[in-house]
Amino acid sequence: MSEADLTAPVADVGGPQQPLLAVRGLSKHFAVRGGLLGGGGVVRAVDDVSLSVGKGEVLGIVGESGCGKSTTARLIIGLIAPDAGEIMFDGEPVGDRLSLRELRRRVQMVFQDSYSSLNPRLTIEDTIAFGPTVHGVAPGEARARAHDLLRKVGLDPALFAGRYPHELSGGQRQRVNIARALALSPRLVLLDEAVSALDKSVEAQVLNLLIDLKTEFGLTYVFISHDLNVVRFISDRVVVMYLGEVVEEAPVEALWADTRHPYTRALLAAMPSLDPSRRTEQAPIAGDPPSPINPPSGCRFHTRCPFAEPLCSARRPALLPTGNDGHAAACHMVDPASGHSRAGKDIKEQAHV
Amino acid sequence: MSAIAEDIVRIATVEKTRGYWGTVLRRLTRDPVSVVCAAILLAIALAAIFAPWLGLADPLQGSGIRRLRWIGTPGYPLGTDDLGRDMLARLVYGGRLSLVLGLLPVALAFAIGTTLGVIAGYVGGMVNQAIMRVMDVFYAFPSVLLAVAISGTLGAGIVNSLVSLTVVFVPPITRVAESVTTGVRNLDFVDAARASGAGPMTIMRVHVLGNVLGPIFVYATGLISVCMILAAGLSFLGLGTKPPSPEWGFMLNQLRTAIYVNPWVAALPGVMIFIVSICFNLLSDGVRSAMDVRG
Repeated sequence: MSEADLTAPVADVGGPQQPLLAVRGLSKHFAVRGGLLGGGGVVRAVDDVSLSVGKGEVLGIVGESGCGKSTTARLIIGLIAPDAGEIMFDGEPVGDRLSLRELRRRVQMVFQDSYSSLNPRLTIEDTIAFGPTVHGVAPGEARARAHDLLRKVGLDPALFAGRYPHELSGGQRQRVNIARALALSPRLVLLDEAVSALDKSVEAQVLNLLIDLKTEFGLTYVFISHDLNVVRFISDRVVVMYLGEVVEEAPVEALWADTRHPYTRALLAAMPSLDPSRRTEQAPIAGDPPSPINPPSGCRFHTRCPFAEPLCSARRPALLPTGNDGHAAACHMVDPASGHSRAGKDIKEQAHV
Repeated sequence: MSAIAEDIVRIATVEKTRGYWGTVLRRLTRDPVSVVCAAILLAIALAAIFAPWLGLADPLQGSGIRRLRWIGTPGYPLGTDDLGRDMLARLVYGGRLSLVLGLLPVALAFAIGTTLGVIAGYVGGMVNQAIMRVMDVFYAFPSVLLAVAISGTLGAGIVNSLVSLTVVFVPPITRVAESVTTGVRNLDFVDAARASGAGPMTIMRVHVLGNVLGPIFVYATGLISVCMILAAGLSFLGLGTKPPSPEWGFMLNQLRTAIYVNPWVAALPGVMIFIVSICFNLLSDGVRSAMDVRG
C-alpha cells in the first residue's frame, strides 16, 4: 500500500467471524522502587488478561479505578510494551506480521482528559491533521480532511478550525479528540473513560455522537468506563476487571440478568438507583481494593468476598464459561469441580443465605 | 443549539482568534515595567549599534591634561577617564562588546541546552542519565570559577570568553529544558501523537518544543544579566577583552584606581552593567507572567 492512500479505510481480512482484536495472556508488571532499605515491589497492573472484540461490536470494560482498564488500553495500542502476551488484529499478530505503526492506523484512542490530550499550542485543525500528515498525506489534503471530520463530530469548521483548545468547552474538546482519533480511518477505537469527565447532558450528546459515528464509519469500540449505566447503554458485551484480572465476561444483558461473579454482583449493587424503593442501605463491599503490589494470593477478590473459603486464597480460579452464551466467570463457585462448598449453585440463591 | 448560544459563539469569534504568542505580546505591552525596561534596553542597544553616527568623541583618543574630569564638565557630559578619554563615548562604544558578551553566550547556550534537555527529557532512560550526569559534572564548579578556569586555559580574548561563557550556561539551561520536557511528555497529547504513529523527532518538533520553549526562554533571559556580569568579571580579571577597546567590565577594572579621586566617573561602567542587567531581569519577569495564560 502506497503512502498516499494511507488514510483510506483498511480492508477487512478475516471475514466477519474473525474477531477484530484478540488479546491473549496480556501482562504488564511495573517495578516499584522501594525506599533506602529496599522493600520495592511489583505492581501487577495487568495480569494474564485475554479478551476478544468482534467486528462492529462494542466491548465495555468496567472495574474500580486502578484495576488495569487503562493499562489494558495502552497495551493494546502499544503505548506501553507488554511483558507477556500477544495481540492479534484481524488475525494478524502485532509486532510480527503487523508493525506497530500499521497497528496505530487501525487502532486509535480517545483519552479521558480532554484538555491534556490536546496540544495547547496547536489549533484544532492542526491537531486533527497531524496524524494524516505523519502518514504522508499532503498538508492541504489533511486540513480538508480535518474540516470534514469536524463537521462529522458536529463542530462547524468555519468557527472551530482555527481555535485553540482553551477556547473550547469540555464537550467540544472531546468532540475534537474523537475527530482526531478518526482522522486515520481506524477500525477500532479505544475509548478510555472518554465521556467520564463530561457533565451528564453533554455526556449523552457525545454518547449519541459515538453511536452515530460507529454506524457511519463501521467502527468497533472498546469502551472503558467505571460508569455502569453508560456501559450498559452502549456495550454489546462487557468485561469486568478486578486488580488486573478479568473476573467476568458476558453479553451485556446476561451480565445484569445472571451475574456470576461476587465482585460483579457487588459492583452492580453499588450502582446508584433512581428508584427510592430500591435504595441501597448498605455498602455491598467494604473497604478499598487491596494494593496491586503483591496482590492477594489465589483469587484476588477473596479478601473482600462474602463467600471466601480457604480454597479461594490457595488457588487462582480460571475464567470458565458458564453456558453457551459467551458468559464466563473466574470464580470457584462457577466450577462444579473446584471443591468450593457452594460450587455449581446459582449465585442468586446464595445471595439470600 | 439555541439562538442565544449561537449568537454568543458568533460574538466570541468576532474577536479574532490570535495565536498564543500574539496574546503574550499583547499582555506584555500592557505591563508598564516591561515596556520601560524594553525601551531602555532598546535605547542602549541602538546607541551601541549606531555609535559611530552619533557624533560622539573618539573613545580611544586620550589626553594627558584632561584626565578624570567630573561629570558635567563642558564638552565631557560624563567626564573623562584616567587617560583623558571621553566617558560618554566609551560607555556607548563599550555597550557593543558588553552586550554581545552578555547576549551571544546565552543565545548559544539556549540553542545547545534546549536541544540536549529536550532529547534527555523526551527519550529518558540511559540517554537522560548520560546527558544529565555530564551536566552535573559542570554544575559541580561555581559558574564564575568555571568561566575563569576555561578562559584561563584558552587564553584571553573575546572569542575565548564567548566559548567559556557558553559552556558555563549550557548545564543550567539543559537542566531546565529537561525538567520541563519531562512534565510535557507525560501529558496525554504526546501519547495521542505516539498513537498516531509519529516518530520521536516529529513529536519533539511539533508537540514538545512549542510547549517547552516558553519557560526555557524566560529562564534564559534571566541568565543574560548574570552573563553580562560574568563577562565583565572576566574582562576585569584581564581574561576578556584587551585594551584599548572599551568594555564595561574592563573599564570598571581600569577606573578602580581612581575611585578616591573621582568616584562618580569610576562607578559609571558599573552603573551601566547594573541598569542593563536589572532591565533584563525585570523584562524576563514580565515575559514570565505574560506567558502565564490559562484557558
